[in-house]
Amino acid sequence: MLNRFMQSRLQGLVVLTLILIILPAFLSNPFHYELATQIAILAATVVGLNLLVGFAGQISLGHAGFFGLGAYFSGIATGTYGWPSVPALVAGAIIVGIIAWIVGRPILRLKGHYLSMATLAVGFIIAIILNNERAITGGPDGMPVPAFEVFGWELSPFGTYSLFGLEISGVQAWYMFSSVILLLAVWFALNLIQSPIGRALRSVKGSEVAASVVGVDTAKYKSLVFVISAIYASLMGGLYAHFQGFITPAIASFEFSILFITMVVLGGMGSTFGVILGAVVLKLLPQVLADFQDLEHVMFGLILMLTMIFMPKGLLPTLTAAVSKRIRKKTGGEA
Amino acid sequence: MTALVEVKGLDKAFGGVHAVEGVSFSVEAGQVYSVIGPNGAGKTTLFNLITGLYTPTKGEIRLNGESTAKLEPNQLAERGMCRTFQQMQICMNMTAIENVMLGRHLQLKSNLFTTLFRLPSLRHNEEAARKRAAELMEYVGCGDYLGAEASAMSYGALKRLEIARALAAEPKVILLDEPAAGLNAVETAALEELIRKIAQQGITVMLVEHDMKLVMGISDRLLVLNYGRVLAEGTPEEIRQNPDVIAAYLGG
Repeated sequence: MLNRFMQSRLQGLVVLTLILIILPAFLSNPFHYELATQIAILAATVVGLNLLVGFAGQISLGHAGFFGLGAYFSGIATGTYGWPSVPALVAGAIIVGIIAWIVGRPILRLKGHYLSMATLAVGFIIAIILNNERAITGGPDGMPVPAFEVFGWELSPFGTYSLFGLEISGVQAWYMFSSVILLLAVWFALNLIQSPIGRALRSVKGSEVAASVVGVDTAKYKSLVFVISAIYASLMGGLYAHFQGFITPAIASFEFSILFITMVVLGGMGSTFGVILGAVVLKLLPQVLADFQDLEHVMFGLILMLTMIFMPKGLLPTLTAAVSKRIRKKTGGEA
Repeated sequence: MTALVEVKGLDKAFGGVHAVEGVSFSVEAGQVYSVIGPNGAGKTTLFNLITGLYTPTKGEIRLNGESTAKLEPNQLAERGMCRTFQQMQICMNMTAIENVMLGRHLQLKSNLFTTLFRLPSLRHNEEAARKRAAELMEYVGCGDYLGAEASAMSYGALKRLEIARALAAEPKVILLDEPAAGLNAVETAALEELIRKIAQQGITVMLVEHDMKLVMGISDRLLVLNYGRVLAEGTPEEIRQNPDVIAAYLGG
């Protein structure tokens, strides 16, 4: 029974669900919930980015651009034009998907550093547009975003709600909502990876020639995964905007793109649950290190550097390998 | 009857070097057709041209009567051509069986919707593909690696895995680039047996190989290249007695 569970496709999803259910026991104030919600949204974003980077082996240093576009589309459509939240999210995702497809088609012919440069430029262009179109985006000062609402029912971090007779705060409600979103994001990603499409994507990373001679249209699959990861970013950007209630072009900035990529690399490229851990660590570490004041950034950089030197495969893959090695030793060396 | 693979006046120049020059030949369906020649004779270049990885400088290649000039490797795969590589191309980020299942790519048309929700139709097709891939791994003789990561396999087993992947695509013609390179005598004998079995299934086999005993034993016809040009073409018997070939091989 336990053995079957270990081999099951969805064991990770079950564990993640349990963690998300148990976690509130350790969250003692609204700030904790806020942090947890932010982490869930960012984690879902990097689960999408990991499809591109970790599985298909392509890089994007401009993913915050898509995240920012989604955020601003939701902000402008709901705030300025009074659209309902969900249609705004969906429309934003479709538009970002189309933009990613148009941009991705030519630039995904590039490889390695050249692809990095091209995606970097895409991110920069989006950030510049968001900064300069003051009339629409509010420029560098940012813009307010209305609360998320579904069919007239508003989900605000500042509200209070009742769930099965229990009174919960707005941030608690957001935590639950973002947890469900994260689980969905993971479920879709797992389904995608373990399918013919997912195999084709991974083969692009493994060997492009091998993929092409068995009939994989590698250019098409690279574009497809670029679009999918951009749509993930757009949807999560939109939710992030609603949750924060205020957005600035900083969320589309180069620094934010680097943060996303670092979450993927640190957590473990090609490991869906690893990149979630990457998001958790990178978001929590600055909080933990805040006590060191002036040395905060030095410590942050040092930890990242040491992790990459001693765990080049990323946190989760290295840890699980170490644990399964110990278990094997205990059970008497059976493979 | 038209030839399955027809090559006419093929030329490939890398800068000033003609790797392949004025090569013409044709392969009938069902044949085992081997390309031999000294190192640097242009054999692998020829295979890369036929499978669409290189674009010819001049000349024409026809697959089943259709010109392949504008076709990408994946489109050639759709038309029934598959190959293995001298420098093995295995996806080391996947398991052994997933590498073979990748070969089923063209048979497993699936859309994004059924994939994202993992609908029963997809699960059913995946199950069938996995079963077929396992059969093929047994067939080529790497059944011991059904549960293994590709990165955990030996060199000889990976060579056979590549053949299994190519067979998974259900090709009409399969091109094997030096399948015996690096194999010991026992493994080579097993490979010879395997190529015979593949040919008996009615799959046309094109072979680049240095092992003369292997080549002479299983080929219906041979093409001998030297410095990118055709030195001789014919049955193993004709090639063996050709004075030019003897001179090139023995350094006369």
